[in-house]
Amino acid sequence: MTEDTSETFDLGSLDDHELTEQVHDDLYNGLKDEIVEATRIFLARGWPPDKVLNDALVEGMRIVGIDFRDGILFVPEVLLAANAMKAGMEILRPLLAETGAEPIGKVVIGTVKGDIHDIGKNLVSMMLEGAGFEVINIGINNPVEKYLKALEEHQPDILGMSALLTTTMPYMKVVIDTLQQQGLRNKYIVLVGGAPLNEEFAKAIGADAYCRDAAVAVETAKSLIATRRAARH
Amino acid sequence: MRAEPLLIIACGAIAREIVALKRLNGWSAMDVQCLPPELHNRPERIPEAVRAAIASGRERYSRIFVAYADCGTGGRLDAVLEQEGIDRLPGAHCYEFFATAAVFADLSDAEPGTFYLTDFLVRHFDRLVVEGLGLGRHPELTTEYFRHYRRVVYLSQRRDEKLELAARAIAERLRLEYIERFTGYGELATSLAAVARMPGIAGAMRVVSPSWPR
Repeated sequence: MTEDTSETFDLGSLDDHELTEQVHDDLYNGLKDEIVEATRIFLARGWPPDKVLNDALVEGMRIVGIDFRDGILFVPEVLLAANAMKAGMEILRPLLAETGAEPIGKVVIGTVKGDIHDIGKNLVSMMLEGAGFEVINIGINNPVEKYLKALEEHQPDILGMSALLTTTMPYMKVVIDTLQQQGLRNKYIVLVGGAPLNEEFAKAIGADAYCRDAAVAVETAKSLIATRRAARH
Repeated sequence: MRAEPLLIIACGAIAREIVALKRLNGWSAMDVQCLPPELHNRPERIPEAVRAAIASGRERYSRIFVAYADCGTGGRLDAVLEQEGIDRLPGAHCYEFFATAAVFADLSDAEPGTFYLTDFLVRHFDRLVVEGLGLGRHPELTTEYFRHYRRVVYLSQRRDEKLELAARAIAERLRLEYIERFTGYGELATSLAAVARMPGIAGAMRVVSPSWPR
């Protein structure tokens, strides 16, 4: 997937299948302009925006995610791929909104107090949005009060918390304990993620799940929402 | 009395400091084995790398100490060390044990958006940070990585004008405020001294830390 792409060719000359595969390659190589162009071509061919999103962009990022997990790609490449996908998403977002499709769930997500790292969190936000979630991204360095305010205001299904530092990850427990004290814990699915975390930590602090990467976050969010909704009916 | 051999399994990023302490204090029974500092860019690999080094070290050493902090492993290194019955340096990472816990907590609380440098990171900034983060190939990612950082704090182990200039240049390159704080070897020195104080370690009677007058 990393062959020389310096030779330019007309993306419009590719058939749908070839163009889809080309988008996967271009995402892999972080080629933002090509992603924008291909997204427009798909739309001009009459593809519904959700099909462009799922078949081309989300699937491309899924491949990027797998190779990142396996140590084939590294953070810079993932970042470039994410930026390329973001450019495609910006074209699709208003079109997706016009379709009036109900989001499959709502997520409030933010990095914990004392931590200013947001690359992973933003990637998760984007992938959740790509999967059909409404995402309220409350940024970095969030004290518990800010999480509570966002939960109250947006009434999400899921609270997502992120931390990159060993020194800041314990703050997730502060947030969960506060939810517990206020009788709100069972109202939300709590997902946690970040490089130093693991499943044992998530369990120990009382989160519902640890999400190793963006793809796992999407699958976990879908699955836990489905389980919760099934239990209610 | 023949000294009981001691193996220090160390992060390559603090090798120079450990060797300096060993030499100054005459810890002749202490051997140092370093793991690649590049592991810091993939901290999830540190625990198993340390475990492998312990397994191989056990063949020759009755005593082993691990000169890593948690180093972004989120407790996974501690899980390995607990299984192995081996201690490590205190704290979350080298910034903390160089600065000491209380000072580091103050620095972090004062500005969460602090990018820390040590002597090692200043010397190897291009290799570990610029290349490690892909900034050489993609300088446009600099903004992305450092968007929320506000300052560089250089925790210096030695008084070295060249390193100070280099650290200042890094801050300028990242367009961040620059602060320097001399830490010396901090809790690295006291922790290693405590290990060296164990019975049978030659040169364990006193601890000398290097000092560089201004």
